[in-house]
Amino acid sequence: MRKSQKEIAESSRLISRRVLMLGVIQAAVISTLGLKLRSMQLEHADQYRLLSDGNSIKIRLLPPARGLVLDRNGTIIAGNEQNYRVTLTREDAGEISTVVARLRRIIPMSDRQAAELLAEIRRRSAVTPVMVADRLTWQEFSSIALNAPALPGVTPESGLSRSYPRAGDFAHVLGYVGPVSDYDLSKIENPDPVLRLPEFQLGKIGLEAKLEEELRGKAGNRRVEVNSAGREMRELSRQEGQQGATIQTTLDARLQNFAAQRLGTESAAAVVIDVTNGDIVAISSSPNFDPNKFVRGISSVDYKDLMKHDHRPLADKTVQGAYPPGSTFKMVTLLAGLEAGVINPGSRFFCPGYTQVAGRRFHCWSRGGHGTVDAIRSLEQSCDVYYYELAQKVGIDRIAAMARRLGIGVRHDLPMSAITEGIAPDRAWKMARYQQEWQVGDSINASIGQGYVLASPLQLAVMTARVATGREVIPRLVRAIDGVVQPVPDFADLGLNPLNLRTARGGMDAVMNGSHGTARRARIVAPEWQMAGKTGTSQVRNITAAERARGVISNDQLPWNRRDHALFVCFAPYDMPRYVVSVVVEHGGGGSAVAAPIARDIMLFALADGLPPLSAYPDSERAKVEEMWSKMNLMPEPTSKTARAKA
Amino acid sequence: MSYLDYTVERVPTGWRKILFLNWPLVFLVTAVSCIGFLMLYSVSGGEIDRWAMPQMERFAAGMAIMFALAFVPIWFWRSISVVAYVICVLLLVAVELMGHVGMGAQRWLVLGPVRIQPSELTKIAFVMTLAAYYDWLPVEKVSRPLWVLIPVLLILTPTALVLMQPDLGTSIMLIAGGGIVMFVAGVSLWYFGAVIAIVIALITTVMESRGTDWQLLHNYQFKRIDTFLDPGSDPLGAGYNIMQAQIALGSGGWSGRGFMQGTQSRLNFLPEKHTDFIFTSLAEEFGFVGAGTLLLLYVLILGFCLHSALTNRDRFASLLTIGIAGTFFLYFSINMATVMGMLPAKGSPLPLVSYGGTSLMILLMGFGILQSAHVHRPR
Repeated sequence: MRKSQKEIAESSRLISRRVLMLGVIQAAVISTLGLKLRSMQLEHADQYRLLSDGNSIKIRLLPPARGLVLDRNGTIIAGNEQNYRVTLTREDAGEISTVVARLRRIIPMSDRQAAELLAEIRRRSAVTPVMVADRLTWQEFSSIALNAPALPGVTPESGLSRSYPRAGDFAHVLGYVGPVSDYDLSKIENPDPVLRLPEFQLGKIGLEAKLEEELRGKAGNRRVEVNSAGREMRELSRQEGQQGATIQTTLDARLQNFAAQRLGTESAAAVVIDVTNGDIVAISSSPNFDPNKFVRGISSVDYKDLMKHDHRPLADKTVQGAYPPGSTFKMVTLLAGLEAGVINPGSRFFCPGYTQVAGRRFHCWSRGGHGTVDAIRSLEQSCDVYYYELAQKVGIDRIAAMARRLGIGVRHDLPMSAITEGIAPDRAWKMARYQQEWQVGDSINASIGQGYVLASPLQLAVMTARVATGREVIPRLVRAIDGVVQPVPDFADLGLNPLNLRTARGGMDAVMNGSHGTARRARIVAPEWQMAGKTGTSQVRNITAAERARGVISNDQLPWNRRDHALFVCFAPYDMPRYVVSVVVEHGGGGSAVAAPIARDIMLFALADGLPPLSAYPDSERAKVEEMWSKMNLMPEPTSKTARAKA
Repeated sequence: MSYLDYTVERVPTGWRKILFLNWPLVFLVTAVSCIGFLMLYSVSGGEIDRWAMPQMERFAAGMAIMFALAFVPIWFWRSISVVAYVICVLLLVAVELMGHVGMGAQRWLVLGPVRIQPSELTKIAFVMTLAAYYDWLPVEKVSRPLWVLIPVLLILTPTALVLMQPDLGTSIMLIAGGGIVMFVAGVSLWYFGAVIAIVIALITTVMESRGTDWQLLHNYQFKRIDTFLDPGSDPLGAGYNIMQAQIALGSGGWSGRGFMQGTQSRLNFLPEKHTDFIFTSLAEEFGFVGAGTLLLLYVLILGFCLHSALTNRDRFASLLTIGIAGTFFLYFSINMATVMGMLPAKGSPLPLVSYGGTSLMILLMGFGILQSAHVHRPR
């Protein structure tokens, strides 16, 4: 078809005009795009860059290594060990059942465990690593690493885990660590984010819990690049964490080990304090348990066994246990009387075997009586009537005040769990507690450490240390933190009359070395280590009149949990006291027969810094002691002191 | 003016045609495609076989087709435009009846080894038809209602079929592309004003219809509108793509993070990073310089096309050139506006850059026809 020139020109003009209009519109659109691009890339680039980095860069915490706990000589008593574990990430594993089946050829796993593991892997997000096995041997671990190509998604990892090389020896004092529970987190204000790491452990009890902040250290971090699925692609930077502080305790690992072995299977506690500086050199509760089991996650069977055991292995009897101190309390009553001036060291009382007060008879342990008794003899033979008479003169309030001055009925602040305050009862206490008036009979019971009086083995040791030195010895457990030795305070003088103190100490000496001493059999014959002590046998039941009429049944015939507690406190050397030892054997029977030999053995080990020469024991004891030693499995003596210090 | 009026002797013939190609346009198209190869190589993490190589092969094939089409006289295209239009409509009907469902819409027609996306073919065919229509129609009749109604029906028929797939994005592209041809052909501006007014009213109605029984859009389409209006409202859900795209784009800054250093694309934060969102990867890795360069290349392509149209005195060729260039313009501006968060997210590729065979082929075919119009222009 033909078109006229005019038509063509008109069409061209129209098109040109419209194309120009279109061009303007298109230019406007493109300018808008350009301006938007400029605004985003040039003006707001920093803001988007931040968002972009926030997308792809994640900060992962590196758990710090937990601080070590050392004994006084530098032996590690709580350390960290390499823990080899294996995790599996579903995203990379492909067919997980095949991978798990292959893993089972390397790691032993029951059918049920494998099924549980598969269920766990399917339940968790595809990118979350799931723990497959923990605490692998090096062989298993390296074998998995070697077979990595056949095990997609399986990552062998190594981390640190708490270990207690001395197993049960320090179980109660150190406590243990465990996984962080929601309950733990709820107790802490602003919990450290490191606590939320799945494998992180924190101190649950004992020193581990009390010094958690010092031991934990500071978390390090890694900046990693992640993809949109949250999977790590590469590490951008790494800042290692700071290990927790090294805590050097005042404890002596070998002595602690000896004490634990010496207490054996008894339900008992022993505390050794260095009176010169208050250092707790050994503090052992028996029976103990292996804290490593708690770190690894204790099996319910093991846990039930510990809970059901009638000797209560989980309880720390040294500081938690409050016992009637029995006759070990007599130094307190005696010093209260002497200091009050109601008696002097030479004052005598007559002991016919009982005291009649307010129509009630209070018996001396010796039915026949001790005759005329002065202060020294009252301790040597542990005459009860002397203290019955003294208590009535001095009154309970002054006895209680003396008890508190000597460290009973006050809480000693140590980094240990559930430290008891004990009870030093007085009138106000009974009124507050029972809304009852104090009775004379209460004073009489309290005077020999029965009735309401309760003290922990730690408090008995402190009391003995204060009697032995006349100073306000304060026990401590931490010797140095990160190598910084904690200063030892100059213990204040208790302000007791030296003559009175000498009388109490003399009485304690007579207990061991006097001709009628109740613990004469447990004496130390080496003159440079001469020991002074006091026995205690505290009743845990009331002896009824009917029983008394029939004749008091001996402890051996009673069921275990109704027998008397055996107690013993001592210090040595007599002229220049270095150590005090307190021993409580629950339901052990007589203090002199059961507790005193234990205390003596521990004391000798402390004084000799190892097994003492047999010559320190009386002839009659040596064979028995040697046999006992041969049965013990003691911690080996370090080759040299310097090697120990270096370690 | 028709080809019979040409001084036919002055139209190049045989291999000489190659000298009269719009060579700047050929180079610009190649340059943009090369940016595409580079980006496809980058977003695949250095695996050339994944996307870059297949794309290059298709580009080579597409270029061959482009040259072949350029040699075909433009009057051939005018003669077959109606046939091509009818075939496209039939294919659209076929896809409706037996098409392959992908990405929530029926778009593919599988014929043996060939997979055809008829909606893409339609984009060229119906522009051709409209150009032929206006070439045939005397200029003075252009704005008469009856003669306006015919092209409107020509546009709406394939549009309705595409909308049934459902593919809202392509439908809008078709309407806009047809609108451009009508606009340039000289249809009275009043019609366009009226259409814009109607569209605004329609959008209001559609938004009002939400949640009622006569809801006019799919829920996912409403969702896209929501996300468009406030991408931050659901950063991990539907708004995720847009948020991540904007982060990638903005974080590029002036000169970008460097080749293959874009964290957003390399670490998979970007969705569809090799197709619809490839512009964000470019902007992230090469910054404003890179993104601006691409935009400039697009503007130059558009400019050469418009220049070619203006200098072409053949009405059909001129309108066809404008139509194809307009479609190209719609392609890249819609894609860029989408990834920059100025339009709701809809699947649209970045022309010549995004990975995808059909889109690349159709574009190169379009440029081939465009070249034909250029070569065979009256002199």
